[in-house]
Amino acid sequence: MGNCCCGGNCQDARLKEILEQYKGMDGVLIPVLQKAQELQGYLPEKTLRTIADYFDMPYSEVYGVATFYAQFRLIPSGQNVIKVCTGTACHVRGGQKILDRVCSELNIKPGETSADGKFSLEPVACLGACGLAPVMMINDSTFGRLTPAKVSEILAKY
Amino acid sequence: MTMSINIAINGQKLTVPEGTTILEAAKQIGIEIPTLCHLKDTNEIGVCRVCVVEVKGARNLVPSCITKVTEGMEITTNSPKARKAREMVMNLILATHPKDCLTCDRNGDCELRTLADKMGIRKIDFGAPVKDLPLDDSNPSIIRDSSKCILCRRCVSVCNEVQKVSAIGLINRGIGTTVGTAFDRGLADSPCVFCGQCVSVCPTGALTERFNLREVWQALNDPDKHVVIQTAPAIRVSLGEELGEEPGTIVTGKMVGALRKVGFDKVFDTDFTADLTIMEEGHEFLQRLTEKGKLPLITSCSPGWVKYVETFYPEFLDNVSSCKSPQQMFGAIIKTYYAEKYKIDPAKIYTVSAMPCTAKKFEANRPEMNSSGYRDVDAVLTTRELGLLIKEAGVDWASVEDSQFDQPFGEGTGAGIIFGSSGGVMEAALRTLSEVVTGKELKNLDFKGVRGLEGIKEAEVTLNGQTLRVAVANGLANAKKVLDGLKNKELDYHFVEIMACPGGCIGGGGQPRPSTPDTKQKRMEATYRADKGLPRRKSHENPAVQEIYKEFLKKPLGEKSHHLLHTSYTPRNK
Repeated sequence: MGNCCCGGNCQDARLKEILEQYKGMDGVLIPVLQKAQELQGYLPEKTLRTIADYFDMPYSEVYGVATFYAQFRLIPSGQNVIKVCTGTACHVRGGQKILDRVCSELNIKPGETSADGKFSLEPVACLGACGLAPVMMINDSTFGRLTPAKVSEILAKY
Repeated sequence: MTMSINIAINGQKLTVPEGTTILEAAKQIGIEIPTLCHLKDTNEIGVCRVCVVEVKGARNLVPSCITKVTEGMEITTNSPKARKAREMVMNLILATHPKDCLTCDRNGDCELRTLADKMGIRKIDFGAPVKDLPLDDSNPSIIRDSSKCILCRRCVSVCNEVQKVSAIGLINRGIGTTVGTAFDRGLADSPCVFCGQCVSVCPTGALTERFNLREVWQALNDPDKHVVIQTAPAIRVSLGEELGEEPGTIVTGKMVGALRKVGFDKVFDTDFTADLTIMEEGHEFLQRLTEKGKLPLITSCSPGWVKYVETFYPEFLDNVSSCKSPQQMFGAIIKTYYAEKYKIDPAKIYTVSAMPCTAKKFEANRPEMNSSGYRDVDAVLTTRELGLLIKEAGVDWASVEDSQFDQPFGEGTGAGIIFGSSGGVMEAALRTLSEVVTGKELKNLDFKGVRGLEGIKEAEVTLNGQTLRVAVANGLANAKKVLDGLKNKELDYHFVEIMACPGGCIGGGGQPRPSTPDTKQKRMEATYRADKGLPRRKSHENPAVQEIYKEFLKKPLGEKSHHLLHTSYTPRNK
């Protein structure tokens, strides 16, 4: 995953390998995007253009598919990925305020990465820890019974 | 053989051919089911759900625009369930739609507003926040206001299927879905060719041309400015629709009269430079034919097509005629020949052109279009804007009397007029080429093989023993077919006419809405009627064209022509 071994053109060469596996096949855009995303953890514009050109598809179509599915990222992830639960239980316990606080602390919107590359923010539907609502995760750590003030304290530790 | 299907709509029995949709069947017995996303033959996807009806035995309501009738089907178009569902759909659309109808570009002809009225919607039940998305005004031709978009996808279908440009598509998901370009940039940063076919089919104010009326008024009100207007061939058969006339009405005389009342110093006819184009392009063709130059020669009048070939098929740029479009030739001639002849300072001349086209705005803004030493064309108005200009000026259309175009560019031939229809440039060229090559008078001027709304038309013409194969394509999907055929050597022509818009300029992106196949047919017939009615029907017989060669240009493809009337092209990124 993304560990460049040959300096410079490695990513391009690996993308080409992926494309060639699917040469001449129909309906393969999604698996191609998935594999291409594995290279750098996201899909840069250049990668999307290369894929579209290879399969002779309009850029708008490839971009449309890439933005439709939540699994595709068009910007690099931060070093730490924050997942804030917006599911029902968290919602009634003030999940939106938690999300708002993360946004204002980091000065980003949901789905974005902070300017220093330290955090990215993904709202999620449920983390399966409703008893601890409202909940968020940073990487593999779970934080429950949150308040906006606690959010600021937690973020400061990273 | 097509089977007959027996059905009943609202209790009325009828028989329709197999394959008929419920929507079409209902229309046959005078029942109009509301539709919003539906666009016959282009966008038949049933996404808006405004057209739902109740079918006996069906589990759910069905969208009538895409549901084909089946034997014994019993349909109720106005059952309480169907009406409630339709109202709900409209309510949901209207809830997030901006409410600035009074100042919207589509005030007066908005399909959404008309439908809300027809459906008797007087109150919106939901208090959802109104859409507030950034405006895309990145280019000289088209403004996209996604806040007003109802996601009917007509524009996307037209751009993808009819034009094969695919500048726009649906992006993001769920509530965040919008119509946008790849990487969500402005149209200027996309392969958009500015043909405006999307503007032509948009049911709301989400897609409009960039308005240039304000600049034109400013010039008209400036006593120092000499303001001239040229009107395209295809405008005289469509402008009437903006002013209450039936499609296909020829309003040439009234249009000139009205524009004089608006206050233009001179009203000229783009037919003049259409004829001039034939002289230049005809000679360019002969030169390529005799000197074994690059063939086929492909026409260059349609700026949407020119941007398309620059973007998608740059390998064909040497095939495209170096002739500027009639609009740009006109601009260059006005600020040189006309300025000299009438001793007017070209810096004080303001040229307006009235075009059936949104891409013409882009074309006039191309950086190289300044061969007169000034911006050759200062402002471009669409047919719709021209109608609005006349209304804004308070000119009572009904009482306007016919008037003649001004000299020296008031003479146009029938050949110039038919430029407005797909096949017209080819026919005009063939009329002139025939006489120039054979030296004999052409008796039958009608080249019917290149006429009509069909997407690709082919013909053969024999001149002095040499058979020329010609083709005409309209709509960029058809242009693509021709180019692909030429590329892989399946097709072989000497001369090809391509127009970006289906039907040619009569179906241009700046024409009155709605621009249906039926209205296009009527406009097209009108151009040929206008052609038949003129004493001169061949470009080289235009006395003004003969005069400008004598006094100024000297000869086709001469040095002055090269400088003022010809241009070069730029390969572009997709």
